[in-house]
Amino acid sequence: MLSRIAESLYWIGRYLERAEDTARILDVHLYLTVEDPLADPQAADRLLLSVMGVPDGEDAGSSAVMQRLCYDTRSPSSILASLRGARESARRSRETVPTEMWEAVNTTWHAVQRGQLSAMRPAVAFRWVRERCAVITATADSTMSRDLGWQFLTLGRSLERIDMTARLVEAAALTTSASAWSTALRSTGAHHAFVQWASDQDSDLESVEFLLLNRLFPRSVLTTLDTAIEALIVLEAGSPQLAYDSEAARLLGQARAKLEFHERAQMLDALPERMTALQSTCAQADAAITRRFFEGAVAPQWHEGAL
Amino acid sequence: MHVFATFDRYPTPSGVYDEMFDGEAVRAAYSRIHGRVTALSPEELRARADFLARSYVDQGVTFDIGGEEQPFPLDILPRVIDAPSWQVIEQGVKQRVKALEAFLDDVYGPGQCFVDGVLPRRVVATSPHFHRVVAGLTPPGGVRVHVSGIDLIRDSDGQFRVLEDNVRIPSGVSYVMTNRRVLTSAIPEVFADHRIRPVRQYPHRLLEALRACAPSGVSEPTVVVLTPGVYNSAYFEHALLARMMGVRLVEGRDLVCQAGRVMVRTTSGLRQVHVIYRRVDDDFIDPMHFRGDSLLGCAGLVNAAHAGNVTIANAIGNGVADDKLVYTYVPDLIRYYLAEEPVLNNVRTWRLEEPDQREEVIDRLDELVVKPVDGSGGKGIIIGPQASRAEIDKIRAHVLARPRGWIAQPVVQLSTVPTMVPGGMRPRHVDLRPFAVNDGDDVWVLPGGLTRVALGDGELIVNSSRGGGSKDTWVLAPRKGAEVEPSPVRRPAPGSLIHPQARKDSRAEHPDERQTYTQQQQQQQGRSEVAPC
Repeated sequence: MLSRIAESLYWIGRYLERAEDTARILDVHLYLTVEDPLADPQAADRLLLSVMGVPDGEDAGSSAVMQRLCYDTRSPSSILASLRGARESARRSRETVPTEMWEAVNTTWHAVQRGQLSAMRPAVAFRWVRERCAVITATADSTMSRDLGWQFLTLGRSLERIDMTARLVEAAALTTSASAWSTALRSTGAHHAFVQWASDQDSDLESVEFLLLNRLFPRSVLTTLDTAIEALIVLEAGSPQLAYDSEAARLLGQARAKLEFHERAQMLDALPERMTALQSTCAQADAAITRRFFEGAVAPQWHEGAL
Repeated sequence: MHVFATFDRYPTPSGVYDEMFDGEAVRAAYSRIHGRVTALSPEELRARADFLARSYVDQGVTFDIGGEEQPFPLDILPRVIDAPSWQVIEQGVKQRVKALEAFLDDVYGPGQCFVDGVLPRRVVATSPHFHRVVAGLTPPGGVRVHVSGIDLIRDSDGQFRVLEDNVRIPSGVSYVMTNRRVLTSAIPEVFADHRIRPVRQYPHRLLEALRACAPSGVSEPTVVVLTPGVYNSAYFEHALLARMMGVRLVEGRDLVCQAGRVMVRTTSGLRQVHVIYRRVDDDFIDPMHFRGDSLLGCAGLVNAAHAGNVTIANAIGNGVADDKLVYTYVPDLIRYYLAEEPVLNNVRTWRLEEPDQREEVIDRLDELVVKPVDGSGGKGIIIGPQASRAEIDKIRAHVLARPRGWIAQPVVQLSTVPTMVPGGMRPRHVDLRPFAVNDGDDVWVLPGGLTRVALGDGELIVNSSRGGGSKDTWVLAPRKGAEVEPSPVRRPAPGSLIHPQARKDSRAEHPDERQTYTQQQQQQQGRSEVAPC
């Protein structure tokens, strides 16, 4: 597989997951700032922007949140920028991406470009984004061979999901609002599964445990880390080194062990710091993957006589 | 019923060959289409045209103008070519490609055509596309023109003529395939009425030809498509061809030359490449020999080709054969190399570098079309009758300053085909680019080709970069039992200039031909004798 194509597939995975997760987070965020009488909407907006890594100007407010995280073409965290990124990556790897998947990505982007996102009511728009992402992911799932390309797509999606969930948990741990954990659960689409699993004991501890460690829920951090590590093991299988010589796999494996073998009683201690650490692990893993698989994609420069 | 049927107010143009209407009458090839389309209400037809446009946006069938992706406009009404006409086109294109192959082989080899005085050496030596760096390089399989697109037009008598040759990196074949696919879903009932020759086998034929031309000794050649990148106007085509051939689409930065071999960077290390179907211009393909600032090519490619380790398709330096000044010599080249008369004629052309021809036309450029010899995409063309006084004066100054750079042609009234425009069906000028693939044994012509339409009223330049659209081109299969025999090749008049090899070949061929002919005669006699029983 070409390094450049591998990189494109990896980024399709990341961008699509980012668009979907951002839509989920915004959906719940807007709903709660309206619904919860005790919440301080401005503080909530500022917190959301800061955990999403968006520099908050003086104009923090629900319109700024929507602008930065949904419509703004220049903000790399916005849904619009993510969908554009996914589409550009797919265009660069068009001969590899299945035709049906390309068309799903392309029609989504064209709808966005025609102003579909801003024309719809926010709640409808977020649902539309979620559904489009589901269509694309499902098309990929049913039309892509489980070759290296698929592993790169999965790897990108998993890393992004770990990163986004870590941000959500961090946000929930930093709020004082009583509904913080139920917000986090709703944002990951985990609320329903959680209620069934926890039944009557829905304390903060159980919520955190579910989001981080549940082995059955596909969006929990532990499950996603496993998926990412498995993809890396497959990708490294062709090389003479042992799988765990892979820097990215080692980083993710260590993070997984830290999460899984943490004392249950101290689950809530220093949670924001631990989540920040998880995010930087993701960034390091991303850099390691880039070095290992994509570096060949960097253009060499010809200087009149020497490479 | 609606007030106006689709073709009711169709203004059949005068002095121009309309391919559907002969005055009021509908030409035979179009009669079924005409019937089906008039049975649809104009509203229904419009709705189907909208469906076409939407499909192309959704599927991303686009070309780029200045970095902007544009869907390629496809007209709802197909263009039909009947079996006998196609027979002529196919024969003519094959002949032309073979002659151009022989010419390139000669130019980068012994140069016999200059010795024999078919054309002056300076015509080639002054061409900006003549590259000495590939002189003496015999490509694997002896093929330089793996893919070609010969642009044809139909004059006011309905005769097909060659307008220009494209043997560097002709584009547009992807639209031939996508046009067919999307039009079948737009007007399935019209398709059902016709026996149309398929076009979907093109990628397969191309891949076979590319593999056949792999460096000798390679049994399982690795083929790649080399694209300048996602911002190239034909990127869609590069991706489509790579996908349909099942080969890698690479950019220059994916390739690296090591020890005279070309390698591609993959996630599991470097892999050798044997055949590069490149869609990057000569100037950019190898910064070592051509433009040193090029980021699109791969340094060392030419050396690898010289070492015989890689096939570059189409070959470097082909531009000398589709130079518009060389175009004027192509009929002579066909006679010279093949000992045949051209099947398809050129358009009358004045070589402005020759003083007497220049004298003849320099004062009436306002009646003519003036073209730069090395332009493409309709760039730099001045159509005299449509140009302003100042433009004419400017072009005259350019011609006088650099006569080698220009040719002049009469304004050819391209044929028209009804085309849907906002006001309904109107005649619009079209051309045709058939595509030919050479695998070293034979030249295969894709039965179809790209019909480009100039969408503006009276507009004569059909290039997509000038706002042109396209039509699906239907080559009708001959009716059962009515297969057309290829017409025999005409030999040039005695005393014509003929290449020594071709002279030998044609002498050797003649007795055989006579023999076949007599045998056929006997067969016929035999049949007629049997028939009465």
